[in-house]
Amino acid sequence: MTYFPEEVVEHIFSFLPAQRDRNAVSLVCKVWYEVERLSRRDVFVGNCYAVRPERVVLRFPNVRALSVKGKPHFADFNLVPPDWGGYAGPWIEAAARGCVGLEELRMKRMVVSDESLELLAKSFPRFRALILVSCEGFSTDGLAAIASHCKLLRELDLQENEVDDRGPRWLSCFPDSCTSLASLNFACIKGEVNAGALERLVARSPNLRSLRLNRSVSVDTLSKILMRTPNLEDLGTGNLTEDFQTESYQRLTVALEKCKMLKSLSGFWDASPLCVPCIYPVCAQLTGLNLSYAPTLESSDLTKMISHCVKLQRLWVLDCIADKGLQVVASTCKDLQELRVFPSEFYIAGYSPVTEEGLVAISVGCPKLSSLLYFCHQMTNAALITIAKNCPNFTRFRLCILEPGKPDAMTNQPLDEGFGAIVRECEGLRRLSISGLLTDKVFMHIGRHAKQLEMLSIAFAGDSDAGMMHVMEGCKNLRKLEIRDSPFGDAALLGNVAKYETMRSLWMSSCTVTEKGCQVLASKMPMLNVEVINEVDESSEMDESHGGLPKVHKLYVYRTIAGARDDAPDFVKIL
Amino acid sequence: MSAETERSSTESCPASGLDFEDTALTLTLRLPGSSSSSAADADRKRGASSSTSPAAHQSPSLAAAGAPPAPKAQVVGWPPVRSFHKNALAAKFVKVAVDGAPYLRKVNLHDYAGYDHLIRALQDKFCSHFTIRRFGNDETKLVDAVNGTEYVPTYEDKDGDWMLVGDVPWKMFVEACQRVRLMKNSEAVNLAPRAAR
Repeated sequence: MTYFPEEVVEHIFSFLPAQRDRNAVSLVCKVWYEVERLSRRDVFVGNCYAVRPERVVLRFPNVRALSVKGKPHFADFNLVPPDWGGYAGPWIEAAARGCVGLEELRMKRMVVSDESLELLAKSFPRFRALILVSCEGFSTDGLAAIASHCKLLRELDLQENEVDDRGPRWLSCFPDSCTSLASLNFACIKGEVNAGALERLVARSPNLRSLRLNRSVSVDTLSKILMRTPNLEDLGTGNLTEDFQTESYQRLTVALEKCKMLKSLSGFWDASPLCVPCIYPVCAQLTGLNLSYAPTLESSDLTKMISHCVKLQRLWVLDCIADKGLQVVASTCKDLQELRVFPSEFYIAGYSPVTEEGLVAISVGCPKLSSLLYFCHQMTNAALITIAKNCPNFTRFRLCILEPGKPDAMTNQPLDEGFGAIVRECEGLRRLSISGLLTDKVFMHIGRHAKQLEMLSIAFAGDSDAGMMHVMEGCKNLRKLEIRDSPFGDAALLGNVAKYETMRSLWMSSCTVTEKGCQVLASKMPMLNVEVINEVDESSEMDESHGGLPKVHKLYVYRTIAGARDDAPDFVKIL
Repeated sequence: MSAETERSSTESCPASGLDFEDTALTLTLRLPGSSSSSAADADRKRGASSSTSPAAHQSPSLAAAGAPPAPKAQVVGWPPVRSFHKNALAAKFVKVAVDGAPYLRKVNLHDYAGYDHLIRALQDKFCSHFTIRRFGNDETKLVDAVNGTEYVPTYEDKDGDWMLVGDVPWKMFVEACQRVRLMKNSEAVNLAPRAAR
């Protein structure tokens, strides 16, 4: 193979888009390494601290699409203190110096400043797609810079970011010459936008396929926009709360009827039940529906809507839907692949009208179900066993029983056997979150059967170190392990240290690990960063027992070739 | 376990003894603790007293529980829901009265991005023949185009005082406001004068 001209080798590599495959071929020989690195177009960095940005840019100067993730997943639930890190600046700066051909940037859980956005906007002449998910640190001024300078912008997708709203000016910064927008999502912007500017922008964007508005956009503006976008495939509505006049309804319905390509619907901010009939014309063609921001829709409103959605593949809904609403889903949505049921109350032991019965009904009616996130009031082993048998195709199974440590609602037993059935039947399971009363047995099942598992989330579970050790031994494909409030200590942490090199990261908070154990880990495994995160005001809650050694409140361990990071705040100790 | 529970509306003013009958669109939820604190803080504040938790929502398992309630109340980050999602569901419904109108309305202050948005919504809700008139000194009034009556938007704050809408930053207003009243101009002269700008 080394006698082939490089162009031929490069051409062969072009059939290998997957990063894993490209990493593999680059190890074969120096020539292949060179050919591969210069032709690499997509780079995905799962942990921004695993490698230095300069090194990535040096190796892949011709990268077109860069994707970087920052904070650990539990940051979503306020478990990572602010100022922990995950700064986008160094990545954007390095790319601006070393790969000016960059066209797409995706960032998740990172801190992005306005200055960085401005640098981004001005540094890459071919830039066309910015996707920010769960990021923070920027304002609408940064968006104004993107709008003003990215002449070829096709995609601006802002998902659930914390954005400082400095006024509606940013949307007017898209020049009149900008006609390339295909996807615009500003649902997370809290404030008003200029309706006229929005309408004009939509009017000059013939390629617009995906548009997600924010809460401030009125029904009338929405109707006007929809009359201009007959090819729209994905819509996030604006405000549907107002008890608007019949004319507004009718205009919206007429406008929606024009959107024959519409497949996905979201928004519904605090939607009023009166708006539900407006949506009927498009229900039958929908494959995706997100109603998780509509707490004022009751079960009957939701079922009226969903009973028309025969093609639905993805449904996100609040638990207001209740078990009987889920039964309607089960009998209507035969193609359902992904279901998320979110809680509408956030009490620790809050009431939820959703129980194991709803999920069993779904499993009976929707055998194609492969991805689940389910918050509920209670669960039983019998239900889980039934669900596992009915839906062997689960790749993602996340169950959250609202009350930590709650046992089987019928037998009062731990839910070990139920989750055991899930991991046994679902051979393709890649992601699992467990909850309820669980002993070390569940981890025995997981270690024994969950061979494809890549990500495991544990909370308030287990009896002893053996639990965690079952997982570390048995789950050969484990990449991310996150644990909170479980009795795993130094023995578990140090039971299989070589494993951490095969994983992206480990998170442990409110467990029984000590600083001594962390130091041992750090000294045995120099290619890991062992971050001990101790916040001052938490120290009073730390248990004095456990051999008199202070327990580590939060621990984050990840493999890295970058060494200890230099941007860590005071409360983070890198061992 | 699948029976739906009647949901009563949230207390907007615990001390006032207002009763909480509902419009058809009842408020169904709020974050635990005070109205706009973060979920984490609210969890810490809640403690053993569950005055914020309507009786109808007592979890049956709590009643039978062997587990102590106090530690649960302080659990940060549980249930595992993104703050974005929690904040998006936060609702602060307040009653809106218009002098002379026979019924009240309820609005969710979190729906609105600022005063302009709110005033326009009030205009939509009550009377499409209200026009908004803005004055040089930042005052905003709603004027009934039919009979020329001027209405001044006012609100009752947490101290029970009636204030002019628009003086304080929007977020502060959302936090403090308990109810809104569109007061006839003739009555509004009794309110404290605005602070000089």
